[in-house]
Amino acid sequence: MIRPFGFHEFMFLVESTRWTLVLTLAAMTAGGLLGLGIALARVARSRILRECTRSYIAVVQGIPVLMVLFLSYFGLAHAGLELPPIVAASIALSVYSSAYLGDIWRGAIQSVPRQQWEASASLALTRKQQYQHVILPQSIKIALPPTVGFLVQLVKNTSIVSIVSVVELTRAGQLMNNITFEPFRVFVAVALIYLAICYPLSRISRRLEEKFRVYRHS
Amino acid sequence: MAFELQFAPVLAQAPVLIDSFWLTVKLSVSAVCLGGSVGLLAAMTRSMLAPRHRWPIDLYVELIRNTPFLVQLYIIFFGLPVIGVLIPAEYAGLLAMVINLGAYTAEIFRAGIESIHRSQIEAGLSLSLTRRQVFQHIILKPAVAQVWPSLVSQFILIMLTSSVCSFISVEELSGGAAVIQSLTFRSFEVYIIASLLYLALALAFKIGLTALGHILFSRPRQGKRRRPTPPVGSQVQS
Repeated sequence: MIRPFGFHEFMFLVESTRWTLVLTLAAMTAGGLLGLGIALARVARSRILRECTRSYIAVVQGIPVLMVLFLSYFGLAHAGLELPPIVAASIALSVYSSAYLGDIWRGAIQSVPRQQWEASASLALTRKQQYQHVILPQSIKIALPPTVGFLVQLVKNTSIVSIVSVVELTRAGQLMNNITFEPFRVFVAVALIYLAICYPLSRISRRLEEKFRVYRHS
Repeated sequence: MAFELQFAPVLAQAPVLIDSFWLTVKLSVSAVCLGGSVGLLAAMTRSMLAPRHRWPIDLYVELIRNTPFLVQLYIIFFGLPVIGVLIPAEYAGLLAMVINLGAYTAEIFRAGIESIHRSQIEAGLSLSLTRRQVFQHIILKPAVAQVWPSLVSQFILIMLTSSVCSFISVEELSGGAAVIQSLTFRSFEVYIIASLLYLALALAFKIGLTALGHILFSRPRQGKRRRPTPPVGSQVQS
Protein backbone atom coordinates (compact mmCIF):
# COMPACT_ATOMS: atom_id res chain seq x y z
CA MET A 1 0.00 0.00 0.00
CA ILE A 2 1.31 3.42 -0.87
CA ARG A 3 0.94 5.94 1.90
CA PRO A 4 0.62 9.63 1.15
CA PHE A 5 3.24 11.98 2.57
CA GLY A 6 1.19 13.49 5.34
CA PHE A 7 1.56 14.88 8.83
CA HIS A 8 2.68 11.64 10.49
CA GLU A 9 5.29 11.03 7.83
CA PHE A 10 6.55 14.56 8.30
CA MET A 11 6.71 14.06 12.06
CA PHE A 12 8.82 10.95 11.48
CA LEU A 13 11.34 13.18 9.71
CA VAL A 14 11.28 15.68 12.55
CA GLU A 15 11.83 12.94 15.11
CA SER A 16 14.73 11.49 13.17
CA THR A 17 16.32 14.92 13.22
CA ARG A 18 17.34 14.24 16.81
CA TRP A 19 19.95 11.74 15.56
CA THR A 20 21.29 14.38 13.21
CA LEU A 21 21.63 16.67 16.20
CA VAL A 22 23.13 13.95 18.41
CA LEU A 23 25.73 13.17 15.75
CA THR A 24 26.53 16.85 15.36
CA LEU A 25 26.90 17.29 19.08
CA ALA A 26 29.06 14.18 19.50
CA ALA A 27 31.32 15.15 16.60
CA MET A 28 31.55 18.73 17.83
CA THR A 29 32.50 17.66 21.35
CA ALA A 30 34.99 14.92 20.51
CA GLY A 31 36.22 16.68 17.40
CA GLY A 32 36.50 19.93 19.32
CA LEU A 33 38.67 18.41 22.05
CA LEU A 34 40.87 16.66 19.51
CA GLY A 35 40.89 19.78 17.35
CA LEU A 36 42.08 21.93 20.26
CA GLY A 37 44.95 19.52 20.85
CA ILE A 38 45.78 19.65 17.15
CA ALA A 39 45.63 23.44 17.03
CA LEU A 40 48.00 23.68 20.00
CA ALA A 41 50.31 21.05 18.50
CA ARG A 42 50.32 22.99 15.22
CA VAL A 43 51.86 25.99 16.97
CA ALA A 44 53.98 23.99 19.42
CA ARG A 45 57.72 24.50 19.72
CA SER A 46 58.45 20.91 18.76
CA ARG A 47 58.98 20.64 15.03
CA ILE A 48 57.96 16.99 14.92
CA LEU A 49 54.64 17.76 16.59
CA ARG A 50 53.97 20.61 14.14
CA GLU A 51 54.78 18.51 11.09
CA CYS A 52 52.77 15.50 12.25
CA THR A 53 49.63 17.53 12.88
CA ARG A 54 50.13 19.43 9.64
CA SER A 55 50.13 16.13 7.75
CA TYR A 56 47.11 14.92 9.70
CA ILE A 57 45.15 18.01 8.69
CA ALA A 58 46.31 17.76 5.07
CA VAL A 59 45.31 14.10 4.85
CA VAL A 60 41.88 14.42 6.46
CA GLN A 61 41.08 17.55 4.45
CA GLY A 62 42.29 15.82 1.29
CA ILE A 63 39.94 12.85 1.41
CA PRO A 64 36.12 12.91 1.29
CA VAL A 65 34.13 12.56 4.52
CA LEU A 66 32.66 9.45 2.95
CA MET A 67 36.12 7.85 2.87
CA VAL A 68 36.76 8.82 6.49
CA LEU A 69 33.47 7.17 7.34
CA PHE A 70 34.24 3.95 5.44
CA LEU A 71 37.77 3.78 6.79
CA SER A 72 36.60 4.04 10.36
CA TYR A 73 33.61 1.79 9.77
CA PHE A 74 35.48 -1.01 8.02
CA GLY A 75 38.86 -0.34 9.59
CA LEU A 76 37.53 -0.68 13.12
CA ALA A 77 35.57 -3.77 12.11
CA HIS A 78 38.70 -5.38 10.69
CA ALA A 79 40.63 -4.51 13.81
CA GLY A 80 38.08 -6.60 15.69
CA LEU A 81 35.96 -3.77 17.04
CA GLU A 82 32.37 -4.40 16.00
CA LEU A 83 30.88 -1.03 16.83
CA PRO A 84 27.29 -0.03 16.24
CA PRO A 85 26.99 2.20 13.14
CA ILE A 86 26.12 5.28 15.17
CA VAL A 87 29.39 5.01 17.12
CA ALA A 88 31.52 4.41 14.03
CA ALA A 89 29.73 7.37 12.40
CA SER A 90 30.43 9.60 15.40
CA ILE A 91 34.10 8.63 15.34
CA ALA A 92 34.37 9.39 11.63
CA LEU A 93 32.65 12.77 11.98
CA SER A 94 34.85 13.59 14.98
CA VAL A 95 38.00 12.86 12.98
CA TYR A 96 36.64 14.99 10.15
CA SER A 97 35.78 17.93 12.40
CA SER A 98 39.02 17.69 14.38
CA ALA A 99 41.03 18.39 11.23
CA TYR A 100 38.92 21.37 10.18
CA LEU A 101 38.54 22.81 13.68
CA GLY A 102 42.24 22.28 14.35
CA ASP A 103 43.03 24.29 11.24
CA ILE A 104 40.55 27.06 12.05
CA TRP A 105 41.81 27.39 15.60
CA ARG A 106 45.46 27.30 14.56
CA GLY A 107 44.69 30.30 12.38
CA ALA A 108 42.98 32.02 15.28
CA ILE A 109 45.90 31.41 17.64
CA GLN A 110 48.38 32.62 15.06
CA SER A 111 46.44 35.78 14.36
CA VAL A 112 47.00 36.98 17.92
CA PRO A 113 49.76 39.58 17.48
CA ARG A 114 53.32 38.49 18.32
CA GLN A 115 53.65 41.32 20.79
CA GLN A 116 51.09 39.64 23.02
CA TRP A 117 53.39 36.62 23.28
CA GLU A 118 56.40 38.80 23.95
CA ALA A 119 54.64 40.96 26.51
CA SER A 120 53.30 38.00 28.43
CA ALA A 121 56.69 36.26 28.29
CA SER A 122 58.33 39.35 29.67
CA LEU A 123 55.90 39.18 32.56
CA ALA A 124 57.40 35.76 33.33
CA LEU A 125 54.25 33.86 32.52
CA THR A 126 54.78 30.20 31.74
CA ARG A 127 53.64 28.91 28.37
CA LYS A 128 50.54 27.44 29.96
CA GLN A 129 49.71 30.75 31.64
CA GLN A 130 50.31 32.60 28.39
CA TYR A 131 47.77 30.41 26.66
CA GLN A 132 45.30 30.47 29.48
CA HIS A 133 45.27 34.17 30.30
CA VAL A 134 46.51 35.96 27.21
CA ILE A 135 46.37 34.03 23.94
CA LEU A 136 43.30 31.81 24.10
CA PRO A 137 40.86 34.47 25.39
CA GLN A 138 41.80 36.64 22.44
CA SER A 139 41.76 33.88 19.86
CA ILE A 140 38.31 32.70 20.91
CA LYS A 141 36.87 35.93 19.58
CA ILE A 142 38.59 35.42 16.25
CA ALA A 143 37.73 31.73 16.10
CA LEU A 144 34.06 31.97 16.97
CA PRO A 145 32.53 33.04 13.61
CA PRO A 146 34.33 30.41 11.50
CA THR A 147 33.64 27.77 14.14
CA VAL A 148 29.91 28.42 13.95
CA GLY A 149 30.29 28.42 10.17
CA PHE A 150 31.91 25.01 10.37
CA LEU A 151 29.05 23.77 12.52
CA VAL A 152 26.80 24.32 9.49
CA GLN A 153 29.10 22.13 7.40
CA LEU A 154 29.06 19.50 10.10
CA VAL A 155 25.25 19.40 10.31
CA LYS A 156 25.09 19.00 6.54
CA ASN A 157 27.76 16.32 6.47
CA THR A 158 25.93 14.16 8.98
CA SER A 159 23.66 13.34 6.01
CA ILE A 160 26.42 11.12 4.59
CA VAL A 161 26.12 8.84 7.60
CA SER A 162 22.81 7.61 6.17
CA ILE A 163 24.83 5.13 4.08
CA VAL A 164 25.73 3.04 7.14
CA SER A 165 22.01 2.93 7.96
CA VAL A 166 21.93 5.33 10.86
CA VAL A 167 18.37 6.64 10.69
CA GLU A 168 19.10 10.34 10.86
CA LEU A 169 17.21 12.95 8.88
CA THR A 170 18.37 12.00 5.37
CA ARG A 171 17.94 8.26 5.95
CA ALA A 172 14.49 8.94 7.34
CA GLY A 173 13.77 10.83 4.13
CA GLN A 174 14.85 7.83 2.07
CA LEU A 175 12.61 5.54 4.12
CA MET A 176 9.66 7.88 3.69
CA ASN A 177 10.35 8.10 -0.03
CA ASN A 178 10.31 4.31 -0.23
CA ILE A 179 6.83 4.08 1.23
CA THR A 180 5.22 7.20 -0.22
CA PHE A 181 6.87 7.45 -3.67
CA GLU A 182 6.73 11.20 -3.41
CA PRO A 183 10.42 12.06 -3.68
CA PHE A 184 9.86 15.71 -4.43
CA ARG A 185 7.78 16.47 -1.37
CA VAL A 186 9.78 14.21 0.94
CA PHE A 187 13.22 15.53 0.07
CA VAL A 188 12.08 19.14 -0.09
CA ALA A 189 10.72 18.64 3.42
CA VAL A 190 14.06 17.13 4.46
CA ALA A 191 15.88 20.07 2.89
CA LEU A 192 13.65 22.52 4.74
CA ILE A 193 14.40 20.88 8.08
CA TYR A 194 18.15 21.13 7.37
CA LEU A 195 17.57 24.73 6.34
CA ALA A 196 15.78 25.43 9.62
CA ILE A 197 18.86 24.23 11.51
CA CYS A 198 21.59 25.64 9.28
CA TYR A 199 20.25 29.02 8.23
CA PRO A 200 20.09 30.49 11.75
CA LEU A 201 23.62 29.21 12.39
CA SER A 202 24.84 30.81 9.17
CA ARG A 203 23.24 34.08 10.19
CA ILE A 204 24.81 33.94 13.64
CA SER A 205 28.20 33.23 12.10
CA ARG A 206 27.88 36.23 9.80
CA ARG A 207 26.65 38.50 12.58
CA LEU A 208 29.55 37.52 14.83
CA GLU A 209 31.98 38.13 12.04
CA GLU A 210 30.65 41.64 11.44
CA LYS A 211 30.58 42.38 15.14
CA PHE A 212 34.18 41.36 15.75
CA ARG A 213 35.38 43.09 12.62
CA VAL A 214 34.01 46.34 13.98
CA TYR A 215 35.80 45.74 17.29
CA ARG A 216 39.12 45.12 15.67
CA HIS A 217 38.95 48.26 13.59
CA SER A 218 38.09 50.57 16.42
CA MET B 1 43.88 -14.14 14.44
CA ALA B 2 46.26 -11.36 13.57
CA PHE B 3 44.84 -8.99 11.04
CA GLU B 4 46.85 -8.50 7.88
CA LEU B 5 46.29 -6.09 5.04
CA GLN B 6 46.11 -7.80 1.67
CA PHE B 7 46.29 -5.41 -1.23
CA ALA B 8 46.84 -7.98 -3.98
CA PRO B 9 43.14 -8.91 -4.55
CA VAL B 10 42.29 -5.21 -4.72
CA LEU B 11 45.07 -4.37 -7.12
CA ALA B 12 43.89 -7.19 -9.36
CA GLN B 13 40.82 -5.02 -9.95
CA ALA B 14 42.92 -2.12 -11.20
CA PRO B 15 40.84 -1.58 -14.38
CA VAL B 16 37.73 -0.82 -12.31
CA LEU B 17 39.79 1.49 -10.13
CA ILE B 18 41.24 3.35 -13.11
CA ASP B 19 37.84 3.73 -14.80
CA SER B 20 36.21 5.03 -11.67
CA PHE B 21 39.12 7.37 -10.93
CA TRP B 22 38.85 8.75 -14.46
CA LEU B 23 35.11 9.35 -13.98
CA THR B 24 35.84 11.29 -10.79
CA VAL B 25 38.34 13.43 -12.70
CA LYS B 26 35.87 14.04 -15.52
CA LEU B 27 33.00 14.87 -13.15
CA SER B 28 35.13 17.22 -11.06
CA VAL B 29 36.69 19.08 -13.96
CA SER B 30 33.32 19.54 -15.69
CA ALA B 31 31.73 20.65 -12.42
CA VAL B 32 34.54 23.15 -11.79
CA CYS B 33 34.22 24.66 -15.28
CA LEU B 34 30.41 24.78 -15.35
CA GLY B 35 29.85 25.53 -11.65
CA GLY B 36 32.54 28.19 -11.66
CA SER B 37 30.83 29.85 -14.62
CA VAL B 38 27.42 29.69 -12.91
CA GLY B 39 28.93 31.28 -9.81
CA LEU B 40 30.69 34.00 -11.76
CA LEU B 41 27.56 34.75 -13.76
CA ALA B 42 25.44 34.89 -10.60
CA ALA B 43 27.89 37.21 -8.85
CA MET B 44 28.22 39.47 -11.90
CA THR B 45 24.45 39.67 -12.36
CA ARG B 46 24.01 40.39 -8.68
CA SER B 47 26.52 43.22 -8.75
CA MET B 48 24.71 44.86 -11.66
CA LEU B 49 21.23 44.61 -10.15
CA ALA B 50 19.69 47.14 -7.83
CA PRO B 51 19.78 45.86 -4.23
CA ARG B 52 16.03 45.21 -4.16
CA HIS B 53 16.28 42.94 -7.20
CA ARG B 54 19.08 40.81 -5.77
CA TRP B 55 16.91 38.51 -3.70
CA PRO B 56 16.52 35.66 -6.23
CA ILE B 57 20.30 35.20 -6.37
CA ASP B 58 20.64 35.54 -2.60
CA LEU B 59 17.89 32.99 -2.16
CA TYR B 60 19.64 30.54 -4.47
CA VAL B 61 22.93 30.96 -2.62
CA GLU B 62 21.39 30.61 0.84
CA LEU B 63 19.19 27.64 -0.05
CA ILE B 64 22.09 25.70 -1.51
CA ARG B 65 24.62 26.62 1.14
CA ASN B 66 22.35 25.65 4.00
CA THR B 67 21.21 22.23 2.80
CA PRO B 68 23.30 19.07 2.39
CA PHE B 69 24.63 18.15 -1.03
CA LEU B 70 23.17 14.68 -0.62
CA VAL B 71 19.63 16.05 -0.25
CA GLN B 72 20.11 18.28 -3.28
CA LEU B 73 21.29 15.23 -5.18
CA TYR B 74 18.24 13.24 -4.11
CA ILE B 75 15.85 16.00 -5.10
CA ILE B 76 17.40 16.10 -8.56
CA PHE B 77 17.81 12.37 -9.04
CA PHE B 78 14.50 11.17 -7.59
CA GLY B 79 12.50 14.34 -8.13
CA LEU B 80 13.16 15.04 -11.81
CA PRO B 81 11.67 11.74 -13.07
CA VAL B 82 8.44 12.64 -11.25
CA ILE B 83 8.05 15.74 -13.40
CA GLY B 84 8.92 13.68 -16.47
CA VAL B 85 12.61 14.48 -16.89
CA LEU B 86 14.72 11.35 -17.09
CA ILE B 87 18.46 11.82 -16.94
CA PRO B 88 21.23 9.26 -16.28
CA ALA B 89 22.72 9.17 -12.81
CA GLU B 90 26.05 10.65 -13.97
CA TYR B 91 24.32 13.72 -15.34
CA ALA B 92 22.12 14.07 -12.27
CA GLY B 93 25.31 13.99 -10.19
CA LEU B 94 27.00 16.54 -12.41
CA LEU B 95 23.94 18.80 -12.36
CA ALA B 96 23.85 18.68 -8.55
CA MET B 97 27.56 19.45 -8.38
CA VAL B 98 27.21 22.39 -10.76
CA ILE B 99 24.26 23.85 -8.83
CA ASN B 100 26.06 23.34 -5.54
CA LEU B 101 29.40 24.76 -6.65
CA GLY B 102 27.64 27.66 -8.37
CA ALA B 103 26.19 28.86 -5.08
CA TYR B 104 29.48 28.63 -3.20
CA THR B 105 31.53 30.30 -5.90
CA ALA B 106 28.89 33.01 -6.34
CA GLU B 107 29.50 33.92 -2.71
CA ILE B 108 33.28 33.88 -3.19
CA PHE B 109 33.12 35.99 -6.37
CA ARG B 110 30.78 38.41 -4.61
CA ALA B 111 33.38 38.92 -1.88
CA GLY B 112 35.98 39.54 -4.59
CA ILE B 113 33.85 42.03 -6.48
CA GLU B 114 32.95 43.88 -3.30
CA SER B 115 36.61 44.14 -2.36
CA ILE B 116 37.22 46.45 -5.32
CA HIS B 117 37.09 49.99 -4.06
CA ARG B 118 34.76 52.52 -5.73
CA SER B 119 37.67 54.85 -6.36
CA GLN B 120 39.23 52.24 -8.64
CA ILE B 121 36.13 52.22 -10.80
CA GLU B 122 35.92 55.99 -10.84
CA ALA B 123 39.58 56.20 -11.77
CA GLY B 124 38.97 53.79 -14.62
CA LEU B 125 35.99 55.78 -15.91
CA SER B 126 37.92 59.03 -15.67
CA LEU B 127 40.54 57.47 -17.95
CA SER B 128 37.66 57.17 -20.43
CA LEU B 129 37.55 53.40 -20.34
CA THR B 130 34.19 52.04 -21.40
CA ARG B 131 32.01 50.42 -18.75
CA ARG B 132 32.85 47.07 -20.25
CA GLN B 133 36.56 47.71 -20.06
CA VAL B 134 36.20 48.88 -16.49
CA PHE B 135 34.34 45.75 -15.58
CA GLN B 136 36.78 43.48 -17.32
CA HIS B 137 40.11 44.98 -16.28
CA ILE B 138 39.39 46.86 -13.08
CA ILE B 139 36.71 44.79 -11.42
CA LEU B 140 36.76 41.26 -12.76
CA LYS B 141 40.42 40.38 -13.04
CA PRO B 142 41.61 41.83 -9.72
CA ALA B 143 38.50 40.45 -8.00
CA VAL B 144 39.12 36.92 -9.22
CA ALA B 145 42.84 37.24 -8.47
CA GLN B 146 42.04 38.21 -4.90
CA VAL B 147 39.73 35.29 -4.20
CA TRP B 148 41.65 32.71 -6.22
CA PRO B 149 42.95 30.83 -3.13
CA SER B 150 39.39 30.50 -1.79
CA LEU B 151 38.22 29.32 -5.19
CA VAL B 152 40.94 26.68 -5.30
CA SER B 153 39.87 25.24 -1.93
CA GLN B 154 36.25 25.29 -3.05
CA PHE B 155 37.14 23.43 -6.25
CA ILE B 156 38.98 20.80 -4.24
CA LEU B 157 35.97 20.47 -1.94
CA ILE B 158 33.58 19.86 -4.83
CA MET B 159 35.98 17.20 -6.12
CA LEU B 160 35.81 15.51 -2.71
CA THR B 161 32.04 15.96 -2.66
CA SER B 162 31.76 14.08 -5.94
CA SER B 163 32.20 10.96 -3.79
CA VAL B 164 28.62 11.45 -2.60
CA CYS B 165 27.42 10.76 -6.17
CA SER B 166 28.10 7.07 -5.43
CA PHE B 167 24.88 7.22 -3.37
CA ILE B 168 22.89 7.31 -6.61
CA SER B 169 25.00 4.51 -8.11
CA VAL B 170 27.37 6.66 -10.12
CA GLU B 171 30.52 4.58 -10.43
CA GLU B 172 33.06 7.28 -9.69
CA LEU B 173 35.95 6.52 -7.36
CA SER B 174 33.84 5.77 -4.28
CA GLY B 175 31.32 3.83 -6.32
CA GLY B 176 34.10 1.87 -8.00
CA ALA B 177 35.63 1.18 -4.59
CA ALA B 178 32.27 -0.18 -3.42
CA VAL B 179 32.13 -2.47 -6.46
CA ILE B 180 35.61 -3.82 -5.77
CA GLN B 181 34.70 -4.21 -2.12
CA SER B 182 31.77 -6.41 -3.02
CA LEU B 183 33.99 -8.50 -5.32
CA THR B 184 36.96 -8.99 -3.01
CA PHE B 185 35.61 -8.35 0.49
CA ARG B 186 38.84 -6.48 1.28
CA SER B 187 36.91 -3.40 2.33
CA PHE B 188 39.57 -1.70 4.42
CA GLU B 189 42.26 -2.11 1.76
CA VAL B 190 39.95 -0.84 -0.99
CA TYR B 191 39.10 2.31 0.89
CA ILE B 192 42.73 2.95 1.82
CA ILE B 193 43.63 2.88 -1.87
CA ALA B 194 40.63 5.02 -2.84
CA SER B 195 41.53 7.54 -0.14
CA LEU B 196 45.11 7.73 -1.39
CA LEU B 197 43.81 8.39 -4.90
CA TYR B 198 41.56 11.18 -3.61
CA LEU B 199 44.50 12.61 -1.72
CA ALA B 200 46.66 12.55 -4.85
CA LEU B 201 43.90 14.19 -6.84
CA ALA B 202 43.39 16.89 -4.21
CA LEU B 203 47.11 17.60 -4.29
CA ALA B 204 47.14 17.70 -8.09
CA PHE B 205 44.17 20.11 -8.07
CA LYS B 206 45.90 22.32 -5.54
CA ILE B 207 49.22 22.46 -7.39
CA GLY B 208 47.65 22.78 -10.83
CA LEU B 209 45.14 25.46 -9.93
CA THR B 210 47.64 27.47 -7.90
CA ALA B 211 50.00 27.42 -10.88
CA LEU B 212 47.12 28.45 -13.14
CA GLY B 213 46.43 31.36 -10.81
CA HIS B 214 50.03 32.49 -11.09
CA ILE B 215 49.88 32.33 -14.87
CA LEU B 216 46.52 34.12 -15.13
CA PHE B 217 47.03 36.82 -12.57
CA SER B 218 50.73 37.47 -12.32
CA ARG B 219 51.66 41.05 -12.81
CA PRO B 220 54.22 43.25 -11.17
CA ARG B 221 52.89 44.28 -7.79
CA GLN B 222 53.85 47.11 -5.58
CA GLY B 223 54.09 46.20 -1.95
CA LYS B 224 52.30 43.35 -0.35
CA ARG B 225 49.03 42.18 -1.80
CA ARG B 226 46.12 42.66 0.50
CA ARG B 227 43.72 39.81 0.37
CA PRO B 228 40.55 39.41 2.41
CA THR B 229 40.77 35.96 3.95
CA PRO B 230 37.30 34.50 4.36
CA PRO B 231 37.07 32.28 7.43
CA VAL B 232 37.96 28.70 6.69
CA GLY B 233 34.80 27.25 8.13
CA SER B 234 32.33 29.39 6.28
CA GLN B 235 33.32 28.15 2.86
CA VAL B 236 33.94 24.48 3.32
CA GLN B 237 30.97 22.48 2.26
CA SER B 238 29.36 19.11 2.39
